[in-house]
Amino acid sequence: MSFISGRRTGRRGSRRFTRRDLVVLGVLLGLPVLLDLAVVWGPTLASVVLSFTSWDGIGDIEWVGTRNYTDLFTNYPQFWPAARHNLLWLAFLGLVATPFGLLLAVLIDRGVRFSRFYQSTLYMPVVLSLAVVGFIAQLVFSRDQGALNAVLGDTDSPTDWLGDPDLNIWMILLAAAWRHTGYVMILYLAGLKAVDPSLKEAAAIDGASEAQTFFRVVFPTLRPVNVIVGVITVIESLRAFDIVYAVNHGRNGLELLSVLVTDNIIGEASRIGFGSAIAVVLLTVSLGFVVTYLVQELRGEKDR
Amino acid sequence: MTTTQATRVRPAPSAPAAARRRIRPGRLGVHAFLMAVSLAFLAPLLLAVYASLRPYDETSEYGYFSLPRHLSLDYYRQAFTDSGMTKYFVNTMIIAIPGVLVTLFLASFVAFALARLRMRGGLVLLMLFTAGNLLPQQVIVTPLYVVFNRIPLPYWMSDSMTMFDSYWAVVLVQIGFQLGFCVFVLANFMRTLPKEILEAAVVDGAGVWTQFWRITLPLCRPALAALGTLQFTWMYNDFLWALVFISDGDKLPVTSALNNLRGQFFTDYNLLAAGSVIVALPTLIVFLLLQRHFIAGLTLGAGKG
Repeated sequence: MSFISGRRTGRRGSRRFTRRDLVVLGVLLGLPVLLDLAVVWGPTLASVVLSFTSWDGIGDIEWVGTRNYTDLFTNYPQFWPAARHNLLWLAFLGLVATPFGLLLAVLIDRGVRFSRFYQSTLYMPVVLSLAVVGFIAQLVFSRDQGALNAVLGDTDSPTDWLGDPDLNIWMILLAAAWRHTGYVMILYLAGLKAVDPSLKEAAAIDGASEAQTFFRVVFPTLRPVNVIVGVITVIESLRAFDIVYAVNHGRNGLELLSVLVTDNIIGEASRIGFGSAIAVVLLTVSLGFVVTYLVQELRGEKDR
Repeated sequence: MTTTQATRVRPAPSAPAAARRRIRPGRLGVHAFLMAVSLAFLAPLLLAVYASLRPYDETSEYGYFSLPRHLSLDYYRQAFTDSGMTKYFVNTMIIAIPGVLVTLFLASFVAFALARLRMRGGLVLLMLFTAGNLLPQQVIVTPLYVVFNRIPLPYWMSDSMTMFDSYWAVVLVQIGFQLGFCVFVLANFMRTLPKEILEAAVVDGAGVWTQFWRITLPLCRPALAALGTLQFTWMYNDFLWALVFISDGDKLPVTSALNNLRGQFFTDYNLLAAGSVIVALPTLIVFLLLQRHFIAGLTLGAGKG
């Protein structure tokens, strides 16, 4: 059923398509492909080209070589904090939220009662928009009336959870993890359901403990899910934008690369070339992961 | 089903009664843990609902975490009348409904062509779409912003006379960007369909369109329902596209308009809470009603191992 065997059979029949078929194919395949190229790949390429120019969006485009990049790395104070925050985001989601989601999935998959209730509740934040999550975070973490300070009984010298630039990124990470955990849990739950029970039985008969069974037998079979979860985690960490933008437009300790891109193009001084350079940094990092993922997919495709 | 599975898996030691007794406290611990986590996950939402029902003076004096003295739906009324949430909802629908329908239609044809017609270069196409969906949005935002500003549209299509600041821009980007995910999921789904049905149709002389529309698509109904639910939520929740491509505040979809609510009433977080609840409600309802579809949509793409 794969494309490899498909090619073989394709060569066999020259009956293939009538003229009407070709028209249908041309229009209905051409339209989405054109759209994908025009909306996704064309702009991506344009971003790369524009990143070597200086342009305000109206006047002439001036070629400046790698100046945007040297400026970015050496002469743009927001860049490194933003990059650090993106990395922190990745580390937090990858090392805290994702394993937590896996743990929840494993617990629920053991067939506890009320599992549907747990599952729905834990998944609920995922359907909220990140902007809404950002606003709800403000209710919880705001300094004077926030719920967290009220719980802590911290009324004399309240902690400014979202205003303190050393602290706020962690609070935002908690809010982001609130959403990410449920997403990861659902993916793992689906993966766990697909694990052949006889594998676990065999391991149990061989005297493996539950932990051993999980790490040596079940977890390795989850590899396709692990790959997807990994990609989602990376992509979400690089794309992160909505929450910080909803809280304080990504300033004062909440800088992210995505915010810097947006600031540079829709801000007062439209610095298209410079904004593109930041976008290309994001692109380079994410492409590494995207390519790895696609190679994996490609292999799976051939096995089928 | 999962319960029997779990009991079957458990090792059967020489003294089964002892084993059964040992499991009880463990089970209880698991429940306590899951219950605690569930409550912690629900708490922020409940807090938002609670805050939205109370006047600002009260919470500013006693904090969000106090007993209520007055409860009213005033903020909800205010959000709909003064802040025009109705208008923003309509904007969202103008973007999301055509967005979802066109995306599903185009993606299912691409997926059909990739998965069911044996075509050269199919894999390359699949990669093109899938990879496109994984790129960070910020990479494509800048050039699109520039281009949309330069594409003129007649007045009847856009009162800004350009692609920029019109629904067309947002809908187009939504469709283009989400195509990748839908193609990926639907192609995976269509591969699981029995190919004999299609072969029989080909023998009977069915053209490409008939094979697609009359034979393959009806079989894809569950996948389409799942994807449609998911896509609707994603397009509804989108924040960035509208923020960048629409400058007229009256045209903003409801999620992005939430930001305006704060601009006008800077300190009134209770109104913002009401706004957040209003914005969150449709997706929550969709989720609770269509949970099965929703989760199926996510895992169709992932749980294909």
